[in-house]
Amino acid sequence: MFDAPKFAETKVTNNDIKIAARKVQVYYGDTHAIKDVDVDILDKTVTAFIGPSGCGKSTFLRCINRMNDTIDICRVMGDILIDGEDIYDKKVDPVQLRAKVGMVFQKPNPFPKSIYDNVAYGPRIHGLARTKADLDEIVEKSLRRAALWNEAKDRLDQPGTGLSGGQQQRLCIARAVATSPEVLLMDEPCSALDPIATAQVEELIDELRQEFSVVIVTHSMQQAARVSQKTAFFHLGHLVEFGDTGQIFTNPKDERTESYITGRIG
Amino acid sequence: MTDLTSSGAVPAPRKGSLLTQDERTKRRNAKEARFRMMGLIAVTIGVLSLVGLLTSILASGLSSFQQTYVELEVYLDPAKLDKKGERNLDDIAKVTTFGYAPLIDAAMTAAMERAGVSSDLNAKAAGELISKEAPASLRDYVLANPDRIGETVSFDLLAAGRIDGFFKGRVTMASAELDRNVSPEQLQLAQQLKEAGILTTKFNWAFFTAPDASDTRPEAAGLGVAIIGSAYMMLIVLVLSLPLGVAASIYLEEFAPKNRWTDLIEVNISNLAAVPSIVFGILGLAIFINMVGLPQSAPVVGGLVLTLMTLPTIIIATRAALKSVPPSIRDAALGVGASKMQAIFHHVLPLAMPGILTGAIIGLAQALGETAPLLLIGMVAFVREYPAGPPEGFFDPAAALPVQVYNWTQRGDPAFVERASGAIIVLLVFLVIMNIAAILLRKRFERRW
Repeated sequence: MFDAPKFAETKVTNNDIKIAARKVQVYYGDTHAIKDVDVDILDKTVTAFIGPSGCGKSTFLRCINRMNDTIDICRVMGDILIDGEDIYDKKVDPVQLRAKVGMVFQKPNPFPKSIYDNVAYGPRIHGLARTKADLDEIVEKSLRRAALWNEAKDRLDQPGTGLSGGQQQRLCIARAVATSPEVLLMDEPCSALDPIATAQVEELIDELRQEFSVVIVTHSMQQAARVSQKTAFFHLGHLVEFGDTGQIFTNPKDERTESYITGRIG
Repeated sequence: MTDLTSSGAVPAPRKGSLLTQDERTKRRNAKEARFRMMGLIAVTIGVLSLVGLLTSILASGLSSFQQTYVELEVYLDPAKLDKKGERNLDDIAKVTTFGYAPLIDAAMTAAMERAGVSSDLNAKAAGELISKEAPASLRDYVLANPDRIGETVSFDLLAAGRIDGFFKGRVTMASAELDRNVSPEQLQLAQQLKEAGILTTKFNWAFFTAPDASDTRPEAAGLGVAIIGSAYMMLIVLVLSLPLGVAASIYLEEFAPKNRWTDLIEVNISNLAAVPSIVFGILGLAIFINMVGLPQSAPVVGGLVLTLMTLPTIIIATRAALKSVPPSIRDAALGVGASKMQAIFHHVLPLAMPGILTGAIIGLAQALGETAPLLLIGMVAFVREYPAGPPEGFFDPAAALPVQVYNWTQRGDPAFVERASGAIIVLLVFLVIMNIAAILLRKRFERRW
């Protein structure tokens, strides 16, 4: 099932903790979805969350920018600190938090507006551009970062929904980086893409690591091995194992991790 | 794999040619054919009843768009209209419509002489070919132009309802024998005048502009006041129910906590949509007229009552439209740091717009055709005065299109049945226009995602 993993060539170069989670519990109604998760996510590092379906990795990801607030029955307990600040503090406005912690979703979800407006929306609502020229610059920079500029520069006024699936996902990434977040959360960003588009997005993730702390949820262990420096394995709501990607895939400490990466559970 | 081997009875492989149908397939196909046939029958029944309905309305109503007029040269006799000769409006106004009738009779006699039409009828009987409305319109003309007294002025005067009916086939020689209002001799005279070109049939613009008329002069009755009243009410309904309904839906759908109270509100809104409309009329009477003291028969009260009736329709349609916007769009907006309000107003609402507008226009169309509640708040009254321009006119008495239809079907003269059918056609045309607007707006706002 899983052979000859190609690991991300770069090793962890940075040891600043960006996100620290302590004893995080998440309940959906009576269901205990996340149990006692402790994790430290480093700055300028790609961290992958892997695990079987329904293990809570997406739920935990959505806790980091409080997207779970939109689900009425969802309750989050424990502490999640970004740069030492508790994001579940009463004084924290989720709107400000989400400007700092961008998100890319599983399914490409561009707004039914032009490509330009898709990227410019975030900077506009956060007042990041004073003039039209500033905004143009932000849009161009974001599209370049998302490796979409060359394909999109001549059709900025055309609807974002008219792009192909891979382009749409890169547009969503451009939209997410346009607000200059410090953390980028990606929830299975390649699950709807073909191998070529996936390769482009993965390349992009590696580049984004220069500036952001990236957290990616993925079902593909190969992808986790390719793009991440740190890997966390979730199982039934527990964080079973967290460590350097190379170590997790070659020398897992926990039996369950080994079973999963060798294809015995999943 | 294990499932297959463990189950006991493995069905035998099918034998037989693919070119012949087995019993089971035949039965299934027959079932489908029967279902299709029933569907076709249902659709046919629906289409036929619609065609039948439209045909009967058009057959009895289209003639109301034509009207018979008599062209007469009337000598505005100063000896009768202004005895003092001072052209003082107060004096002229003292002459009632009875004073004008002889002028018309005389003009009729003169016209007959000029055209070489002879009849055994006396001048008064010949004058009865002209509508009783004619002296009133003559008087209005004179009061507006007192300087024309003493001159001979050409008028297109309305023919009497029975004469109009004669040319539309509603009145015949046989029916005139039994009719106190018209005699066969008068019909013969009308026929001769028609041949002489004095009596003409023209498009009935007055049907759209004139106010209602009394029982004895159906030929003068028009929809003017009713159209204005309905337009005022629709304006009030649109201005009140669209913002209120959309705001309520957005709050309930997006912001309100989901608890027992919001469930209760939801159930009540659904029930409100099913409340018989006449109940809203009683409510309007009790609250807007008796408690608040708004005037009776006024479009403002009708508009408020119809707003209450339309609100549930708009709320239900808007909530459905909001629900149908994919959650991924909300996530996308929230994900880049939009507040809930921004996510809704920038992204969800524009996508829900086609559904909202369709719901609103359907609600408006329903309100336009609503009769029962308006009867209770006095819109059934006989109104001949045009309401003033908005907004003062909202408080003036007015009629409404569906109520005018109801009103005319209550009258004895068959000419009013024709008018009622004509009014139904006008109402249907407005409804069709609104529905087309709904379709066009939906097309305009529809976007793919």
